[in-house]
Amino acid sequence: MIVETMVFYLFSAIMIASAVMVISTRNPVHSVLFLILTFFNAAALFMLTGAEFLAMILVVVYVGAVAVLFLFVVMMLDINFVELRQGFMQYLPAGALIGAILLIELAFFSVGHWVSAPDADAQRALAMPAAGQVSNTLALGRVLYTDYAYLFQLAGLILLVAMIGAIVLTLRQRAGVKKQSIADQVSRSRGEAIEIKDVPTGSGV
Amino acid sequence: MAEAGFWSSYAWPFILTILSILAMVVPLLVAVAYLTLAERRVIAAMQLRKGPNVVGPFGLLQPFADGLKLLFKETILPAGANRMVFLLAPMLTFTLALIAWAVIPVADGWVIADINVGILYLFAVSSLGVYGVIMAGWASNSKYPFLGALRSAAQMVSYEISMGLVIVTVILCAGSLNISDIVEAQRDLWYCIPLLPMFVVFFISTLAETNRSPFDLPEGESELVAGYFVEYSSMSFALFFLGEYANMILMSGMTTILFLGGWLAPFGIAPFIWIPEVIWFLLKVSLVLFCFLWVRATFPRYRYDQLMRLGWKVFLPLSLLWLVVTAGALVAFDWLPAAGGA
Repeated sequence: MIVETMVFYLFSAIMIASAVMVISTRNPVHSVLFLILTFFNAAALFMLTGAEFLAMILVVVYVGAVAVLFLFVVMMLDINFVELRQGFMQYLPAGALIGAILLIELAFFSVGHWVSAPDADAQRALAMPAAGQVSNTLALGRVLYTDYAYLFQLAGLILLVAMIGAIVLTLRQRAGVKKQSIADQVSRSRGEAIEIKDVPTGSGV
Repeated sequence: MAEAGFWSSYAWPFILTILSILAMVVPLLVAVAYLTLAERRVIAAMQLRKGPNVVGPFGLLQPFADGLKLLFKETILPAGANRMVFLLAPMLTFTLALIAWAVIPVADGWVIADINVGILYLFAVSSLGVYGVIMAGWASNSKYPFLGALRSAAQMVSYEISMGLVIVTVILCAGSLNISDIVEAQRDLWYCIPLLPMFVVFFISTLAETNRSPFDLPEGESELVAGYFVEYSSMSFALFFLGEYANMILMSGMTTILFLGGWLAPFGIAPFIWIPEVIWFLLKVSLVLFCFLWVRATFPRYRYDQLMRLGWKVFLPLSLLWLVVTAGALVAFDWLPAAGGA
């Protein structure tokens, strides 16, 4: 048990330290790299609680895809960070307010206790298989695809709309762009492609 | 009392794990070394040359000569490079190529960690490979590496999607995310037969994922010198090199596990099952690796827009379609695997 606790504190400490580094390093690329380290440690914490599926999905989705795009954008954009920092004092009150609200919520949680809705209690009281019997991938799948199938579909639709929206917003037709059209190339006939000329001697084409 | 508990529950498992990791990593590194030799020899044979045959019998000591040479070269840190990230990138590439082997079973039960979500772990680790490349390209603070890194990042992210869909198809058929279960599910029929189009898509995607020819645009020497590792020298270069080859072996291992029945003997009949399982696994991996080399000796490099077109407009719809068809067939003919407890 002591080893698990030590491992938990190790990952938590690295996670908090790297989360602090995300907002305190000057180099934005370093920030993103620390963010990735934070994700990793979060995945490790999931792993410690036995939520292996969530841990892997966190790594695949956030580290493997989202953070890559983040890094991509941050590396390529030439952002002037001195300029960004100038507005710091202006945003401080709003930021402090949000931070304070979150802190108070956390304090309520740690001082008081959870009050859960009766429905949720009933859900939790349902026969739940022991941890060893059903893997959490299977358990998640059962809940997601039987009880919450419509909500799951709805979430998928929202993502689809977001994706189409992003594509529509960024798609622009520029003039003068040469693109390969394989159908055109393949369907080209001999007559369009070459022309045979009878060149008289001495005069050229 | 407490000490006995410590020894039996932590110390011995820890030592055993270290030993099994060594038993996996040492042969892997030797395999990586000889893969570099095999690549040169195979391509030489295909081009009617001899290849490196001077150092040791049949050139067998050539990889070690190359390794020693790289070891004794000077490590150069470019003046404009971002030191930490520059040094971290090759280590990351190499480490990622090694840690994926934790879940690969080379024979029944011969695996370091037989975890429930093994195939997801493999997918996660292989999707992280892009970081080594993109970090190297950015930290070098130089044009060619950066261009190479951008190309590579876009390429690897694109082909990961079709790879993921192919993996989902296999998981559908096997009914488990556990790699050993996936292999066991192929006891009667290897998935390369019913899922042949997916097998081809997966193999080509692995070529793109490992930045191998004909998709080796990130390091296309004709336009980018050597792509993302232009600025690397000595051991940091060697780590990239080893990582790339270890990734090749890893991807061959994944292909073997997903489609070629892992360690299972073909047909499961008498003369084949006398051969040990681990030998079968190695033979299959070698076969896929040979195809990697064969492709390199045969095909010219893809153009970048064609590469993107192939990934997004051909493989993605094809694998999506095949996923739906597979799911439909499994439901229609009642072939769905029983929901595995594990």
